[in-house]
Amino acid sequence: MSDLVQQLSRSATADRVQARLKQRYAAERRFRAYGVVAIGLALLFLVTLLTSIIGKGSSAFFQNEIQLNITFEPAVIDSEGLRDPAAIAGADYQALIRTALGSLFPEDTDRASRRELIHLISQGAELELRKMVMNDPALIGTTRPVWLPVAAPVDQLLKGHMSRNTELGGQFNARELARIDHLTGQGLLAAKFNKWLFTQGDSRQPELAGLWGAVVGSFYSLLVTLALSFPLGVAAAVYLEEFAVKNRWTDIIEVNINNLAAVPSIVFGLLGLEIFLNVFGLPRSAPLVGGLALTLVSLPTIIIAARVALKAVPPWIREAALGLGASRLQMVTHHVLPLAMPGILTGTIIGMARAVGESAPLLMIGMVAFVVNIPATPLDPSTALPVQIYLWAASPERAFVERTSAAILVLLCFLAVMNATAIFLRKRYERRW
Amino acid sequence: MPFITLLATLLALSAILYQLGKGRALRLSGGRPGVLHSLPTYYGSYVALWCALPAFLLVAVWIIIEPMALQALVLNSLPETVRQLPLARLSLITNEMRQLAASGDYRFASSPEARAAAEHYRDLHQIGFAAMAVLVLTAGIFGGRFALGRIRPALRARNRVEQAILFFLFVSSTLAIFTTIGIVLSLLFESLRFFSMVPVSDFLFGLSWSPQMAMRTDQVGSSGAFGAVPLFAGTLLISLIAMVVAVPTGLLSAIYMAEYANPRFRAVAKPLIEVLAGIPTVVYGFFAVVTVAPFLRDLGNQLHFSVSSESALATGIVMGVMIIPFISSLSDDVICDVPDALRHGAYGLGATRSETIRQVVLPAALPGIVGGILLAVSRAIGETMIVVMAAGLSAHLTANPFASVTTVTVQVVTLLVGDQEFDSPKTLSAFALGLVLFVVTLALNVVALKVVRKYRERYE
Amino acid sequence: MDPGAERTQSNGHTKVAARDVNVYYGEKHALKTVDLDIRINEVTALIGPSGCGKSTFLRCINRMNDLIDGAKVTGSIVLDRQDIYDRNLDVVQLRARVGMVFQKPNPFPKSIFDNVAYGPRIHGLANTAGEIEEIVVTSLKRAGLFEEVKDRLEEPGTGLSGGQQQRLCIARAIAVSPEVILMDEPCSALDPIATAKVEELIDELRENFTIVIVTHSMQQAARVSQRTAFFHLGELIEVGDTESIFTNPSHKLTQGYITGRFG
Repeated sequence: MSDLVQQLSRSATADRVQARLKQRYAAERRFRAYGVVAIGLALLFLVTLLTSIIGKGSSAFFQNEIQLNITFEPAVIDSEGLRDPAAIAGADYQALIRTALGSLFPEDTDRASRRELIHLISQGAELELRKMVMNDPALIGTTRPVWLPVAAPVDQLLKGHMSRNTELGGQFNARELARIDHLTGQGLLAAKFNKWLFTQGDSRQPELAGLWGAVVGSFYSLLVTLALSFPLGVAAAVYLEEFAVKNRWTDIIEVNINNLAAVPSIVFGLLGLEIFLNVFGLPRSAPLVGGLALTLVSLPTIIIAARVALKAVPPWIREAALGLGASRLQMVTHHVLPLAMPGILTGTIIGMARAVGESAPLLMIGMVAFVVNIPATPLDPSTALPVQIYLWAASPERAFVERTSAAILVLLCFLAVMNATAIFLRKRYERRW
Repeated sequence: MPFITLLATLLALSAILYQLGKGRALRLSGGRPGVLHSLPTYYGSYVALWCALPAFLLVAVWIIIEPMALQALVLNSLPETVRQLPLARLSLITNEMRQLAASGDYRFASSPEARAAAEHYRDLHQIGFAAMAVLVLTAGIFGGRFALGRIRPALRARNRVEQAILFFLFVSSTLAIFTTIGIVLSLLFESLRFFSMVPVSDFLFGLSWSPQMAMRTDQVGSSGAFGAVPLFAGTLLISLIAMVVAVPTGLLSAIYMAEYANPRFRAVAKPLIEVLAGIPTVVYGFFAVVTVAPFLRDLGNQLHFSVSSESALATGIVMGVMIIPFISSLSDDVICDVPDALRHGAYGLGATRSETIRQVVLPAALPGIVGGILLAVSRAIGETMIVVMAAGLSAHLTANPFASVTTVTVQVVTLLVGDQEFDSPKTLSAFALGLVLFVVTLALNVVALKVVRKYRERYE
Repeated sequence: MDPGAERTQSNGHTKVAARDVNVYYGEKHALKTVDLDIRINEVTALIGPSGCGKSTFLRCINRMNDLIDGAKVTGSIVLDRQDIYDRNLDVVQLRARVGMVFQKPNPFPKSIFDNVAYGPRIHGLANTAGEIEEIVVTSLKRAGLFEEVKDRLEEPGTGLSGGQQQRLCIARAIAVSPEVILMDEPCSALDPIATAKVEELIDELRENFTIVIVTHSMQQAARVSQRTAFFHLGELIEVGDTESIFTNPSHKLTQGYITGRFG
């Protein structure tokens, strides 16, 4: 055997290995560095995304308001003195604001100045005043300081989102800027917590647009989704895991579930549009239909998670139950399901979290309308939180960028809470057999 | 509202019958529950099921049949001249009728005829509902009475109840199949209508896409262009960019996590990367629009280079970021599944870690990784919100990543959001696109899941 | 008492010399002050009941214990005057010199050819395709596998029978031309016929390599080895010529084990 292997043996091997070692270790270090860079890159994206959104959105939780000394002039609000709600509702509240503004800037009497002045104030201010008077007609005839929302451009300027220079996109001339500075200096302009964001429905006026309608819409949709997908998902998982005989039929079901889990969600939207709206004639834009579509989206996730949880229950539990004369269904309901429940719940919450952030199917079934009213039932037209984000993101006003980011922060908070609950459940009740 | 009242009544009825059944079983046992075949509660459930099941079945049938039956009835009662109208107009009329009847507010009826039809529709609906309610409640009561009469100590109530529950479990498990059938049927039905107006070959191989021209079918020479190739190309371009970002990043992260990282680092970094998967896609879309796209555009401007503000590049990069955790967690699983015996074999021969990974672990894990990548591609193709927000609307057939392209899902959304006419090729084309999307992603998923499953079996 | 070290002086050249080797897996003291010399061109069998530390000791010789979290090795193991636990020693190079065959055959999911060629390729032991091929063929021949697989070198190694897989792993190990080959119960997953073939092979390999084999089977130790070391509860109890260990063990525990009273 006078061959290569013979020649190589002994120290020959060691020497040749030695010769290449440096090179090989360099490759090793490079490879390792790629991994670190990749992870760093992924985390960098995450940090950029979050800081970008928090940076843009945090200011939306505050809204600049102006303090005006409003005189609730009976002549304007209720000229006949009858306290007729219809008359009060139809009164010209802008006149009150104009008067109050005029007393702040008595020298600005020309038309242009008056127009500039009223443009400082949001149109929502009138609604606010009307609401105050409707709630408490005794206000009529009194004079009191009231904080009212300023118009979106003023708000943006004060938050530093808009330049003071008209050449750089600023909307205010020197006179207006002087007025705003004057008010700020006097403490009459100040940032307050943005209650509109959490109480109002959508609005064309950014400073009045709120998330509450979308939150309620999302809540109703989710309620429908949970009510359907949890029982159905658990039932399907129990059947497949505990009762079904392994055959062609169950194979087909399995393949179907796994595929549905990976079907693009927009396809479920198309299904919802065609079946729920066109065939069954259910109302468009309703959270009920949204919930049905989201059920289809989240069902495969829940079934798969529930099956994993059921599989984790050791067989001797089942044998013990059957050995005592329990029926198979009793075995499942008394022993297997309770033991698998933490896992099932965790999977359900994760499925729900996916559904909360899902928007594509909702676009298809029309939950993408401009809805001002807060939906009262799951059949009223509504949007959902992610769809509201989509709608606001498409709005051209600068002020909506801030709101969109704030809406995203709210959505992310919901998701964080849901996922934290799921993790808590898993940690708290996880059982190792 | 009356509907909910009906359901509540049915539930209450079932609850009463449950108590009656349980009481009757106890009475029959004569104070010795041992003579009963099953626990008394099972007799109660048995009776309650006999009441509720037939009743709810009737309700379900009514819900499915009622709208169609009602529509046919109302249409038949319309004047002959209306019934002769083309299908398109007819469906408009029925839609209006339905909406008017639902709102109960006839002030906005387009014509007295429409108003009359709507009122007729509502009357029929109310009569039908009342009839159904009576029928359903009768069925419930009779079912319950029948079951009460059958209670004997020897009745195997538990087995019967369990059979019913088992049937429910079985039906739930078939839901996945019905969903798939529902998807296929609804997509196919509208797509076939579309293909009767636009030839399949024009759709699949046409190079020009401008459905907006076909707003009104009666316009002369406005058939619109429904060549979907630019959409397919745009979808592929964006998906390709996404994969170029996601595959190396995700795979290398997974390798580092699985083979190099110490447990403490892994425990922190892995969930952080998975946070990327939990962020809703609409957030990524917004991120692309307000942060990434302007950044790339400004960067391009500085390099004297034109980058569209709706560039495929920005969209693709952000989509890639979304997919990173998908690839990394799947690859991580697959790499961890490779048996240690293989690694030790390589170490025993004096291989370095990276040599072991590149030449032994990765080839062994390759099928699983490929499966994961295919699933990721299917996800990229079907992703909607990022592209709807960040990609363009108009179709350009280009491979330039700095230009604006549109995708299949963007078009589906733009075609179906807003006014829909289920008789114009414009609206119907969305379903044809949806069908293509479904078929392609389905094929990818089937192949990917097969590959992954084969891989799993190999190391079991 | 250190009978092994004593006798080595008089007989053949020592290839590996272990002194005062202790291994800890976390809290567990798995190997206690082991002194053992392994002679060149001999087969040394390590025997003893399960968990006695024989595999642990084997894995110390090419530092496979490095791969186990929390494993700590103290003492010295010298391979040709070089301490393998020296900080300057390169573990990759060490493993090229001290090859290993595992309990369960673990061919890579690659072709038979690539399995054997893998070691020479990563270590750069051959410069041309021809040389690689020569190494592969020779190694397969020496592992006694060549005749069985020569027509299907491109087929996956995982498709072979268990015995063939194990001989493939041996071929894979000897393709690197190591000086020492460690075998960790190489026949425990094989049937008797395959076992016989592998044992035959071990005996032939002795001519060119120093072999250390861990085995559960005393018959096997008796058949293939020249020297035998008996481990018990992490301690080296006795080491000596195989013949004398089996016919005339000096320690009570050894006697008990080989006559089958425990283990």
